[in-house]
Amino acid sequence: MLINRRNVLTGSAAVAALPLLRIMPAAAGTPGDVLIVALGDFPNSLDIHRKGSNRPSYMTSMMLYDRLVGFGVKTNADGSATYDASVITPELAESWEIAADGKSITFHIRKDATFAGGRSVTAQDVKWSFDRAVGVGGFPPAQMRAGLMAGPDQFVVVDDHTFRVDFPKPSKLSLPDIAVPIPFVLDSELVKKNATTEDPWGREFVYKNHAGGGAYLVESYEPGQQITLTRNENWKSGPKPPLKRVVLRQVPSSATRRALIERGDVDINFNVPAKDAKEMAAAGGNVVIAGGPIANSIHGVALNYKYKPLDNLLVRQAISHVIPYEQIFEAAAYGRGTKLYGATWADGKSPSIAWPQAFPYSTDVDKARALMKEAGIDGFETEIGFNLSLAHWMEPTALLIQEGLAKIGIKASINKVPGANWRTLALIEKKVPINLTNFGGWLNYGEYYAFFQYRAESMFNSSSYRNEEVERLIVETLHMPVDDPQHDPNVRRLIDIVAADVPMIPLYQPYLDVAMQPGVKGYVSQYHRQLDARPIAKG
Amino acid sequence: MAVRTRTGLVLARMLQALPTIAGVIVVTFVMTRMLPGDPAVYFAGPMATPESIAEIRHQLGLDRSLFEQFWVYLGDLARGDLGMSLVAGGPVTEEIMRRLPASMELTMFGLAFALGVALPLGVLAATRPNSWVDHLCRLIVTLGVSLPTFFTGLLLIYVFYYLAGIAPAPVGRLDFITPPPPHLTGFYTFDALIAGQFATFWGALTQLVLPAVSLGVFALAPIARMTRGAMLQVLSSDFIRAARAAGLKPRTVLVTYAFRNALLPVLTTVGIVFSFMLGANVLVEKVFAWPGLGSFALEALVASDYASIQGFVLTMTMMFVVLNLIIDILYTLVDRRLEVSG
Repeated sequence: MLINRRNVLTGSAAVAALPLLRIMPAAAGTPGDVLIVALGDFPNSLDIHRKGSNRPSYMTSMMLYDRLVGFGVKTNADGSATYDASVITPELAESWEIAADGKSITFHIRKDATFAGGRSVTAQDVKWSFDRAVGVGGFPPAQMRAGLMAGPDQFVVVDDHTFRVDFPKPSKLSLPDIAVPIPFVLDSELVKKNATTEDPWGREFVYKNHAGGGAYLVESYEPGQQITLTRNENWKSGPKPPLKRVVLRQVPSSATRRALIERGDVDINFNVPAKDAKEMAAAGGNVVIAGGPIANSIHGVALNYKYKPLDNLLVRQAISHVIPYEQIFEAAAYGRGTKLYGATWADGKSPSIAWPQAFPYSTDVDKARALMKEAGIDGFETEIGFNLSLAHWMEPTALLIQEGLAKIGIKASINKVPGANWRTLALIEKKVPINLTNFGGWLNYGEYYAFFQYRAESMFNSSSYRNEEVERLIVETLHMPVDDPQHDPNVRRLIDIVAADVPMIPLYQPYLDVAMQPGVKGYVSQYHRQLDARPIAKG
Repeated sequence: MAVRTRTGLVLARMLQALPTIAGVIVVTFVMTRMLPGDPAVYFAGPMATPESIAEIRHQLGLDRSLFEQFWVYLGDLARGDLGMSLVAGGPVTEEIMRRLPASMELTMFGLAFALGVALPLGVLAATRPNSWVDHLCRLIVTLGVSLPTFFTGLLLIYVFYYLAGIAPAPVGRLDFITPPPPHLTGFYTFDALIAGQFATFWGALTQLVLPAVSLGVFALAPIARMTRGAMLQVLSSDFIRAARAAGLKPRTVLVTYAFRNALLPVLTTVGIVFSFMLGANVLVEKVFAWPGLGSFALEALVASDYASIQGFVLTMTMMFVVLNLIIDILYTLVDRRLEVSG
């Protein structure tokens, strides 16, 4: 046999023809009462209060532990289901009352609730767990403060099954903040038994051991590989989960995960890249794609006021008119998102308090040129920076923006920042002139988003934006009840200002895409962006 | 001319390894601190405040001087404590001990496959130069070096799992349902055999085939090429001609005389390839969801997790040092000349 060009070409043609040879045998299928889930990012801890616990750890925490309350579920027009931020449902607390002055909430804990070890859940356990959430340091106390919970003296044991939280002032965020993953309820006796003087909160114990009484129990835990959960038959805090076991397996490569779901060897491929989601949805057939916009989340372009001439309103407006929104939506989001551009607002006034909503920006190069002329700036050099860990959408976006900016004489270089360095460079030191942002808030209010993105002091404000009226409106509105007559005008004013000032240009609201076997029922898209397998059934 | 014993040789080699290890400890320490990224900021999480970042920096000991940090690090190292891995959540030593056997098992099967194909191929190609075997050898060698391992891996998955459905799901060391065998060496195939769990053994073995082959395809190229080259050289030397002229059986000439003498450069190559494969693991492990050291190192690098990266590099260095030592010792067995030279 000779190696010549013809042979090699025939060989590569044979390889290229492989997709046509698809002779896929029938799906292998998975056992009926077990849910098998392939995850790219895997929980690295069973204790979400521990320093270094990653986002996927919220997934196991939701299933292994109870919180006092949870969020409701609503069905969308297309039949898919998402969490309902406006409805709070009972979990470990069977009922609760908000005091007339709004400054305390009293929870009545289920009398039949037990921990996995058999102990009854008491108000003392709840208090200890809340004390832990505000006392461990790091992220948990920061999230608790969002609901105005800062210190242990706010948490009061009334009797064995009654627990009260006192607040310095009433806030609409307090009750929802008790429904998020952070204030989960631990078996305080069990943890205290395994705690040491250096580690009074028992973090070394809880990160490897289950110390709660949630819907599922840990059957086996092999870090970085697989977590197997079995149903807790004594669980009383919600409807009994239909499935007996849940197997979570780490499969880092998205190509491998896609092969697994298409072959039917896993039930759920969680968090599918937009490109795969688009292709699988288009192919139809044996895999169902459940995708929905992630609540209160925006992929956008922040313009940093610290870098001249980005502090010039006319320049920022010009930039908002050269961004190729449509192309970005196709090439970076693969259409898996909600467009946040191209709106027409009468007199520059937002039509509603909906958040996120489409901004009145659109691609119009002539208008951009005119604005640059008005600003008296011919062009300048700047830099677009993005986080390499999110290169799948940020890289094509940055390139398209670079191309757009060139049309009005702005020469932008691209700075790919390694994931480990992004937070320091873009958010703490605020040293990236044009940067791509992806902030999302757990609690679903525009003013809550603004608190993180548009407040001068906030870490996520990578535009170094400061507007005194915005500061005042955020402080005033953040804890205000939504039925306050001042609430809607305040939020609309807030949206109008940030749209007029152009500190951040929204592109689209991303989807959280999940690929499932057709038989998988009951999936709910959650604000914490993780899988909650409790309501899932297989038919 | 001093006559050196084998024990003396081995001891001398071991001493030579010490400066290497010391150098690596210093270099990894300095290099990890030069990486971009601030671990304190990373682990302070979202909503971090300057105070919470300072608090975490203090907990991690990053607010002390570099020299002080190095001193503390040396003390911990002496106790076998590699520090806490922030990405994995637990002690680095524990994490490495759990993952090392997975990587080792994969590498060894990969190497076994590579040797099984490359040695006969190299020998055959050398005995029949310019025949179809020789061309096949050349083709495989070219493919092996030019295909990136992750691509070979994806291609194998696509053909044998996705299309043909012969291979098991590429989900790591065992399927979803089978629990791992009782821990003895951490090599699932070996542990399962010892425990008499033959189904588990079979499961672990079938999971190994595709990743080991993707790794092996990449490794067999240099081995086959070196075997062929060394054999060609030996086969054309005088003592082979003498042996043939003396009427020895072709088999004896080939195996006892030629192959044994050609083995020396091949052994060196195998040593290099083995070390190389441990590094190439990173991508194969990712594609096949293999819970080994490579995927761990990658994750740690993204998070600027100092302790994990240092632990990983140190483990790898130790393995290289030990491996080189083993190869050197094997030399003395294969090559008697080493014993008396000096």
